[in-house]
Amino acid sequence: MRAAKPIAGARRRGWLRHAVLIGLAILLALTLAPFLVVALNAVKTPSDYAEHGPIALPRALDLASIVEFWHRVDFTRKLLNSFVVSAAVAVLGVALSAMNAYALGIGKLRGRSWFLLFFLAANLIPQEALVYPLYYLSKLVHLYDSLTVLIIVFTVIQGAFGTYLLSSVYDHFPRELIDAAEVDGAGRWRILLRIVVPLSWQTLSVLFAFFFIWTWNEFFLPLVFLISNDHQTVSVALGVLQGQRFMDATTTSASALIGILPAILFFLLFQRTLIRGVTAGALK
Amino acid sequence: MARPRQHRSGYFIFLIPGLILSTAVVVVPLAMTVATSFTRWQGVGAPTWIGVDNYVQLARDPSFWASFLHIVLLIVAMAIIPTLIGLVLATVLVEYVATAFGTRTASVFRAGFYLPQVLPVAIAGIVWSWILHPGYGALNSLLHAMGLSSLTRNWLGDPHDALYSVMAVMVWVQIGYPVVVFMAGLQRIDPELYEAAGLDGATWRQRFSHITVHLLRPDIYVVLVTTTIAALKVFGQIFVLTRGGPGNATLVPSYFAYKNFFEKANVGYGSAISTVLTAIILGLTVVFLRLQYGGERARTG
Repeated sequence: MRAAKPIAGARRRGWLRHAVLIGLAILLALTLAPFLVVALNAVKTPSDYAEHGPIALPRALDLASIVEFWHRVDFTRKLLNSFVVSAAVAVLGVALSAMNAYALGIGKLRGRSWFLLFFLAANLIPQEALVYPLYYLSKLVHLYDSLTVLIIVFTVIQGAFGTYLLSSVYDHFPRELIDAAEVDGAGRWRILLRIVVPLSWQTLSVLFAFFFIWTWNEFFLPLVFLISNDHQTVSVALGVLQGQRFMDATTTSASALIGILPAILFFLLFQRTLIRGVTAGALK
Repeated sequence: MARPRQHRSGYFIFLIPGLILSTAVVVVPLAMTVATSFTRWQGVGAPTWIGVDNYVQLARDPSFWASFLHIVLLIVAMAIIPTLIGLVLATVLVEYVATAFGTRTASVFRAGFYLPQVLPVAIAGIVWSWILHPGYGALNSLLHAMGLSSLTRNWLGDPHDALYSVMAVMVWVQIGYPVVVFMAGLQRIDPELYEAAGLDGATWRQRFSHITVHLLRPDIYVVLVTTTIAALKVFGQIFVLTRGGPGNATLVPSYFAYKNFFEKANVGYGSAISTVLTAIILGLTVVFLRLQYGGERARTG
């Protein structure tokens, strides 16, 4: 009798194991279903869509909607604009974060907790509280409708977050390495570039990945600042086209698909870094 | 503090670019917005000083109150529901799937749940406005095909359903973030704790509430804080999904401010909305930081 109990328990667990796995798989399928249904419909002909609706499999692989939409919005250009802004912000934002955090975390400046609070607030202030003056000022200095203004603004806002995070990492930076370099006569810049940056490369690469993706995903400020077609980013171009007359069902799903693909590409490229980042500092 | 003074010299120069840039991009514009909130201004010409009139008008404006009520519901959808579901999913993945099927399987699930998080907000909006389209959308077609035609709705176009549809989309967007954070947090927990609890006859539910939730408290706190602030700032999904409509059914403060700035040229009024939102976010941050600092002191002291 005593022996029978664990066996029955194990069998029940074996059954439960798979029930749990199936339940999770269903949830995962529901999470991923929107991606799938978009992809399926982006490769349909409009008549196939009209006849069989959105949940039928495509009768044939037809890339015409995607190609036509791509040319209509000059998507190559939009990708390039998004890439330029995101890459510039990622590089400059990491550089700015490293410099600020070097002064605050390693330099331990007087009043550092106030500076940290300042940078945290600078990151948290909602963009709508900055947008109108930035719009007004950028017109004054002739930077309105340029990628430059976005690069500057996002470098500052994201750099503020990076400063906050990186300062707490640099707080625990091995002091003896800095002291040893000072004894060897290395200046502050040399220590930053030769010792601090290489040794914190992992954290910096996490920041780089996040800054890049955050900037790529930004919508509000690009919507306000980029009014001419040639300067729009992917999100703005696709976002403002919704509801236009030529956006029929297959064109809409084609536009969604070409908006999704770069995001999935970055996800695959940065996946480990992203998960490590969310894990390490609960980055968001 | 015992360190000699000269060790700290020469660092301030590294902070100067950051301070100058933050002043130009954040401090000055914020001060201008606050100042403008006490004026009537069309965006051209000289602003007219009207004192607190904008704020008085805001307090009487039903749209303003509606936008904050909607934010409360979006906090439920973006912070509270994802945290609860995320806790369950993360626990099941770490304690069950990882041990029964291997950590690789658990990582695949984690990556899948996280995927909506990397999607640009505007693109997520496009995907869902297409799926939820009353005429050609996939959801209504699916319901028809399943013989559930009575459940079909004009998901985003009906004032009674629009906000709930937006909330459902936000849950989908947010769910991956708590899953990833909590899975990482759970890996800190010593498995022996569970074994001991199991030997003591604790049920799954007891272990969940007494060990998992208790030990994940710092992570839950971080997730709730960051997602609540994100909910207060939400703009892109609303812009693409509903533009705050139908009527004011899905209006949120950021979109309400945007409309006043760029559609109605009521810059003073828009500035007042933004100032209130900023005050709320900074006020919440102070409260959160105090709680966190107090909690840390209690733990270490």
